[in-house]
Amino acid sequence: MLASEREQLKSEINEMAKKFNHHRSGLIPVLQHVQNVSRHISPEAMQDIALAFDIHPVEVQGVVSFYSFLSTEKKGKFIIRLCRTITCDMAGKDAVARQLENELDIEFGETTEDGMFTLEFTNCLGMCDQGPAMLVNDDIHTKVTPDKVVDIIESYRKRFGANVIQGEHA
Amino acid sequence: MSKSNKNLIVFSEIDIEKALKNALQKSRPDIINEVRDSGLKGRGGAGFPTGIKWNLAASAQGDCKFVICNADEGEPGTFKDRVLLTDYAQQLAAGMVLAGYAIGAKEGIIYLRAEYTYLKADLEKTLEDLRAKNILGENICGKQGFNFDIHIHMGSGAYICGEETALIESLEGQRGEPRNRPPFPVTVGYLGCPTSVNNVETFITALHIVEKGAKWFKTHGTEKSTGTKLFSVSGDCENPGVYEFPMGITIEELLNQVGGQDAKAVQVGGASGNCIPRHQFSKTIAYEDVATGGSIIVFGPHRDMLQVAINFMEFFCDESCGQCTPCRIGTETILEGLDMIEDGCCSVKYLRELVSLGETMQLSSKCGLGQSAPNAFLSIVEHFKSELFDDSFRR
Repeated sequence: MLASEREQLKSEINEMAKKFNHHRSGLIPVLQHVQNVSRHISPEAMQDIALAFDIHPVEVQGVVSFYSFLSTEKKGKFIIRLCRTITCDMAGKDAVARQLENELDIEFGETTEDGMFTLEFTNCLGMCDQGPAMLVNDDIHTKVTPDKVVDIIESYRKRFGANVIQGEHA
Repeated sequence: MSKSNKNLIVFSEIDIEKALKNALQKSRPDIINEVRDSGLKGRGGAGFPTGIKWNLAASAQGDCKFVICNADEGEPGTFKDRVLLTDYAQQLAAGMVLAGYAIGAKEGIIYLRAEYTYLKADLEKTLEDLRAKNILGENICGKQGFNFDIHIHMGSGAYICGEETALIESLEGQRGEPRNRPPFPVTVGYLGCPTSVNNVETFITALHIVEKGAKWFKTHGTEKSTGTKLFSVSGDCENPGVYEFPMGITIEELLNQVGGQDAKAVQVGGASGNCIPRHQFSKTIAYEDVATGGSIIVFGPHRDMLQVAINFMEFFCDESCGQCTPCRIGTETILEGLDMIEDGCCSVKYLRELVSLGETMQLSSKCGLGQSAPNAFLSIVEHFKSELFDDSFRR
């Protein structure tokens, strides 16, 4: 991370923390913001956040490691979360998972080399009547078939480059 | 399910402004008594009587009080709250206003799960519309001195945060680890203030009860499980979706309605619920028989119940918060055992030890997650033991 980027993020962190009167109830909203903007929460960001809330950095790390939507590892611009829970499993999630891996040439838990896509399993997405379901960032896709996988991925690839604004949950 | 469906009993159209105006003319104890008399129990799954919860929060001492809507619907096979948050958001907000009035709270929080982020913008807009109509804000519906507003707090992906004390920890910026109880949130909740945490469906049902009366509600359901409830039906049936049925419906009747007649088993209550085999389909869905937060997963004749048990146990290994040993180690140990069965190297004697471990978890885990994590495993072993050791079922 560039020094200027860190400064920028730090000022955003402080601004947000101030809105919460530096009260700890603002910690998770701040972490969610940092995750959205820089696609992970770096050790430096954790330090800055800890300072803003006047808590130990380990407290921050403890929270980050607890929640599946927060991460210390840098994620792709688009995080694909495929539901692995029972009804999506019965509806054919394995076949969808295989095509996702084939299409992106990575395995679950990995990020593509160009930093575009991260592939993850997730627990129940609440779309059990329309499985298999998956999230791409905040967008929900239902009744996904192995056949549709390529089109879904392409539709996100097209948003790459000049079309994607930083912080657009991308 | 849609509001225009004439067969809906509770989840029908309602003029929320009129309903709230009527309610705000009543005294707070009258509202609480109406909800208590209706026998409404928490619709999230735990089934605690709503009127009693509101009464405890109302009578607790505190400068500020909170109403929290638990929209962290994460139980596998449950999606009714997603439908309610989409199509019944105004009714939900009105139900929260009602609860705020009843317990004396000024602030409401919707804890929305991260997986439902795509619902947030519309929810925000609904809240904004309601502010414009004076259903949220100051002197609500002309009631002098009654102020109440709602904001949305996003979750960050943790099933355990559906447990009310874990949810409060999460709101306070902590790891979502359940607290020791007592004290209960109704006396010491969010920021140490008396807090009523209720499920999405509970708020909406309470709004209808206060408008239409406890008597009306009690004409549906059974004596101990009054009213109707929403069911999220998925799996091997012709018409999966959200249904409203009266409490006390038999599993067989329910399967007939959704086109799942040939099921060999039904998981009632999601991963933390019980697996009911075909010969017990005459059981009823009610707090006194088979209890549920509304998740119904249908398993057709060809399903491998070992895979079902493995899937559920993987879920709990992933979602256990790790705070207490029975749950953290128990879930892992049972999953290992299930993998051994799959590999054909688990003795029946060891399976019996795992069953005993499961029973220990039910007794000794700290919160509802660990106490219910072995349920699916235990019921599948009880009813499908011969199948677990039968290779011909392996896919």
